[in-house]
Amino acid sequence: MLGLTRELIAARIARELKDGDYVNLGIGIPTMVADFIPNDVEIVFHSENGILKYGPIVEDPEKMDAELVNAGAQPVSLLPGACFFHQADSFAMVRGGHIDVCVLGGLQVSELGDLANWMIPERGVGNIGGAMDMVTGGNRVIVAMEHTQPNGEPRLVRECTYPLTAKGVVNTVVTNLAYIEVTPQGLVLKEVAPGVSPEDVQKVTEARLIIPTDIKEMNL
Amino acid sequence: MINKIYSSPDEAVADVFDGATIMLGGFGPAGHPLTLIEALSRLDVRNLTVIANQGHASTDAKDLSLLLERRQVKKAIFTFPVAARKSRVTTFERKYRAGEVELELVPQGTLAERIRAAGAGISAFYTPAGVGTIIEAGKEKRVFNGREYLLEHALYADFAFVKAHKGDRLGNLVYRKAARNFNPLMAMAARVTIAEVDEIVDVGDLDPEIIITPSIFVKRVVTGEKHSAPWLYSDHRGSLRSESNLRKRDRRSPLC
Repeated sequence: MLGLTRELIAARIARELKDGDYVNLGIGIPTMVADFIPNDVEIVFHSENGILKYGPIVEDPEKMDAELVNAGAQPVSLLPGACFFHQADSFAMVRGGHIDVCVLGGLQVSELGDLANWMIPERGVGNIGGAMDMVTGGNRVIVAMEHTQPNGEPRLVRECTYPLTAKGVVNTVVTNLAYIEVTPQGLVLKEVAPGVSPEDVQKVTEARLIIPTDIKEMNL
Repeated sequence: MINKIYSSPDEAVADVFDGATIMLGGFGPAGHPLTLIEALSRLDVRNLTVIANQGHASTDAKDLSLLLERRQVKKAIFTFPVAARKSRVTTFERKYRAGEVELELVPQGTLAERIRAAGAGISAFYTPAGVGTIIEAGKEKRVFNGREYLLEHALYADFAFVKAHKGDRLGNLVYRKAARNFNPLMAMAARVTIAEVDEIVDVGDLDPEIIITPSIFVKRVVTGEKHSAPWLYSDHRGSLRSESNLRKRDRRSPLC
C-alpha cells in the first residue's frame, strides 16, 4: 500500500484527540487509534455495548473475560473510573451529543460528507450496528479508511453509490494518502502522506479536491 | 410469598406459543440467555419473531442458531445480522439467503430506544438516526428545529429472555460488566420476562443501591448453565502481532 500503514492512519487520527475528550472508536483502523494516545492526554473511550473508560485490549488469554469486551467483541481492560450502562443510556450518550468525537471506518465518503459504511452492495446483506446513530449527535466525525477500494476504485466520490449510513455528517477523512476536511465548498486536501503529491491523491479521488496553497506533509 | 424461581429452563419457557415475539439479550459474546434459548429449541413452537442485537452470539456455544436450524424463526429484527467478514457465513446468513427467514434491520440505538419505549409506555418517538438512508422507507418524517427526524414505534414482545449475573426470588437482577447491554431494556418490554442468572441469592442479599432491574419487570428466574465455550473475537490490532498470528486470529473472528 502506498503511503501510510493502517497503524499510521490511526496514529495521525490520535493527534486529533484532545485531553478530556469522550471518544467512540469503530471497528477496524479506528480501534487502533487508542494505541497512539500520549500518556499525558486523558481520553475517555466509549464503547456502545455499554462501557466508558475501557483500557487496552487484553493480550493474555488467561485474563480475557467474555463479559468484558468492546463493541467489536475484543477483550478489553478497564481503567480507574470506568463504568457500565445499558444500551439505551449508551445511545443517549451518542444521540444526545455527549460524545465529542467518533472515529468510524468507511466504504465511501462523498464530497458533501455523506457516509456509506455498512454494506457492500454485492453482499446483499450488511450490519448497520451503531453507525447510523453514532453520527447524529453533532459530534466531530472522523472517517479512517484506505484511499481506494481493494480493486483500486476511489472511495472519495462525488456521490455515494453504496447504501448510506447518513448524509452530510463527515468532518474529516484520514486515509493512507491524505488528510481531508469536508467543507461547504467541497473536500479540502489539508495534508498529504510523506512521499505523496497532491496530484497522486487527486488521481485516485473521484471527487474534486480543493488544494490550498498551504498544504502540508503529514507530521506523524 | 412471592417466588418467581423456576426449577428448570424447560419449565420456565413452557408456555411460549406459535407466533410469539421473543426478545433475546446479548451483545458480542456477552449476556446471551443461552440456557433459555436451548430450552426453547426443545419446544415444538414455530413462526417466532426474534428481536436481538445480532444474528449469532460470537461464541462456539449454542446460540439462536439453534432456533434457526430448527426452523422455529419466521422473522428476525436485528441490528447486526451477519458476521462482518463475509467469509464467515453464519446460520442466520444461510437461512436468510435461502429465504427461510425475514429480516428487519434496525439501527442499534433505535433498537434500544424502541425497546425502552415499549417498557416505559411510550408508543413512538422521533429520532434522527436513519434519515436519508434505507431505514426511512415508509416512515413518517418530521422537522423539529430545522432538522429531520423519523418516527419510530415501540417494540413490544410476548417474552423476553434475559441473562443476568444474580437474581433473587422476587426477580431483582444485577448484571456483570458488558453483559448488561440490552438485557435491562428487554426485561421491561415484554409481557413475560424470564431471567437466566449465574446465581440465585436470598432476598436482601442484593444491595438496593445497585439493583439494575427492579423485580417488578421480571416474572421468572432460573439458574443458567455455565457456558464456558471460548468466544471468538475480532482482532484489528495488527501493529503488535506477526502476520501469522493475525491470520490465525482472523480465522476465529466472529463479528469481523
